[in-house]
Amino acid sequence: MNHAMSANSVSDLHQVSDRLAHNAMRHVSERVIEMLLFAAAAVSVLTTVGIVYVLVSESIHFFQNVPIVDFLTDTQWTPLFDDAHYGIMVLISGTLVSSGVALAVAIPMGTVIAIYLSEFANPKVREVAKPVLELLGGIPTIVFGYFALLIVTPLLQTIFPELPGFSLLSAGLVMGIMIVPYIASLSEDAMRAVPMSMREGSYAMGATKLYTAIHVVVPAAISGLAASYILGISRAVGETMILAVAAGMQPNLTWNPMEPAATITSYIVQVALGDLPHGSIGYQTIFAAGLTLLLITLMFNIAGQWLRRRYREAY
Amino acid sequence: MQPMTTEQIRVLIARGKMKDTIFQALGIICLAIGLLVIFLLVGDMLMRGLDRLNIEFFTEFASRRAHQSGILSAWVGTILVMFVTAMAAVPLGVAAGIYLEEYAKRNWVTDIIEINITNLAAVPSIVYGLLALGIFVYTFGFGQSILSAGLTLALLILPIVIVSTREAIRSIPAMIREGSMAVGATRWQTCRYHIIPYAMPGILTGVIIGLARAIGETAPIITIGALTFIAFLPPVPFTATGADGVSAGLFDWVMSPFTVMSIQIFNWTSRPDPAFEINAAAAGFVLMGMVLSMNAIAIYLRYRMRKNIKW
Repeated sequence: MNHAMSANSVSDLHQVSDRLAHNAMRHVSERVIEMLLFAAAAVSVLTTVGIVYVLVSESIHFFQNVPIVDFLTDTQWTPLFDDAHYGIMVLISGTLVSSGVALAVAIPMGTVIAIYLSEFANPKVREVAKPVLELLGGIPTIVFGYFALLIVTPLLQTIFPELPGFSLLSAGLVMGIMIVPYIASLSEDAMRAVPMSMREGSYAMGATKLYTAIHVVVPAAISGLAASYILGISRAVGETMILAVAAGMQPNLTWNPMEPAATITSYIVQVALGDLPHGSIGYQTIFAAGLTLLLITLMFNIAGQWLRRRYREAY
Repeated sequence: MQPMTTEQIRVLIARGKMKDTIFQALGIICLAIGLLVIFLLVGDMLMRGLDRLNIEFFTEFASRRAHQSGILSAWVGTILVMFVTAMAAVPLGVAAGIYLEEYAKRNWVTDIIEINITNLAAVPSIVYGLLALGIFVYTFGFGQSILSAGLTLALLILPIVIVSTREAIRSIPAMIREGSMAVGATRWQTCRYHIIPYAMPGILTGVIIGLARAIGETAPIITIGALTFIAFLPPVPFTATGADGVSAGLFDWVMSPFTVMSIQIFNWTSRPDPAFEINAAAAGFVLMGMVLSMNAIAIYLRYRMRKNIKW
């Protein structure tokens, strides 16, 4: 009996230690899994670090050869010629003009659609319109480039016969259409978040829907609208293929949208299409151009975040 | 202020209603322009490219003669690149989303990761191309391969996958987690058997939207220096390649040079010969078909989801 009891307690002991071991294993594997998941989340930070590292390290080599003052003030961009000039303003002008045209289309159209969908349209129209906008936003930019070059440019040429085959105007207009869905959908979300009681107050005073939309809803949602415009600007500045296809890739310091011009992005594409040796100054220019592009988008984003904080209305 | 007569008030109301109607018409016109662009674009590409859209177009390589050119290497390349992208972006994105929603403590590390994901979504796609050129192509030595392109696009769509995973997880009520943990499940078991399956439709929607975005991307792939004229397919695993009769390994194709649909279209649109425009139109139509059907699937999935799930 004594013997039996001790055997029993030994097997009990085994069970307990098994369970403890099992628990410990479980604890270890939980920790390992958590580490793995954290590593996955950290990849996004590594991506940013990688972007900054690549752009800055190649740009440092570039700026050892080209004084930064020349980079900012020269009025010619001819990095691949014997008489090389590196005036980034030439590319920035193309970027700003095309983005300006795009935003002149996208901000009014996007805002009108957003107000219409959030304040006027009945739910059925909204159910149909939102997916249509999403499809429009999902069209590949290379297809929009084709659209700009082969459909919009000939159309515009019937109105302005002197318009060249490549122009910032047609590329910008199509870019505008491309950006409309982003602005419309984000602005609509912002306006729908405005509490119903504010609209009801306005209606009770006898205001019409349009008056309420413009004088009550839009001011209340202004921080969200600003955020959507900033996103639109980022997309316009960073857009590449529409410009590479339809705006020509000729560096041209101009503020006239009727002319062809290269932008920062289309210059990078142009260089990448050629066969520049790794480490040459021509190769480094695309990183300097990319760094400029990133700084411009960063600047707009910081401005956007400041605007949002400044005009945030909490309900 | 003078009190208004009934007549004046009537005029005021009529004017207000008129403005409402005009604005409504304006809104409908703006929406119609968007719809018109889609129809014009698809219609034009179909009309122009119709007589190129036959079987040979899908089974022929690109050629110097416009009417003999096809998109074989392009669509095969697109599918292979998308495969690599999905293999990298889905596990990483879903894992990151789970970490941020289920594990992360509220501290500065988490804040940095979150701010970072928001900012990455606003980085222009061509900048990812420059990153890939510096890191994947030269530092890691992947060259101008399917692997480089797939990983580049994976980084590009990672924020989309992470954000949609988080949204899907956030919509699962806390009682599911409490119930699971109350019967002794660990945090990971809760995720593995409850959170991930329930969040699956939302995650899937995000993955499809991300891949639809990646499939049309051109700029980052051009930036890594992908060739535009490819008249061969990547090696099929375990088949003999070249004269020496050595079989290709299972993963040899990932290091192969390639082209994709969007680059093929860019190549054809940038040629002066209008005969190639027809090819561009036909290829554009095929690409649009791919993208629009992926988006349509995502929209349908989301619609189903919103209808079915009631916690």
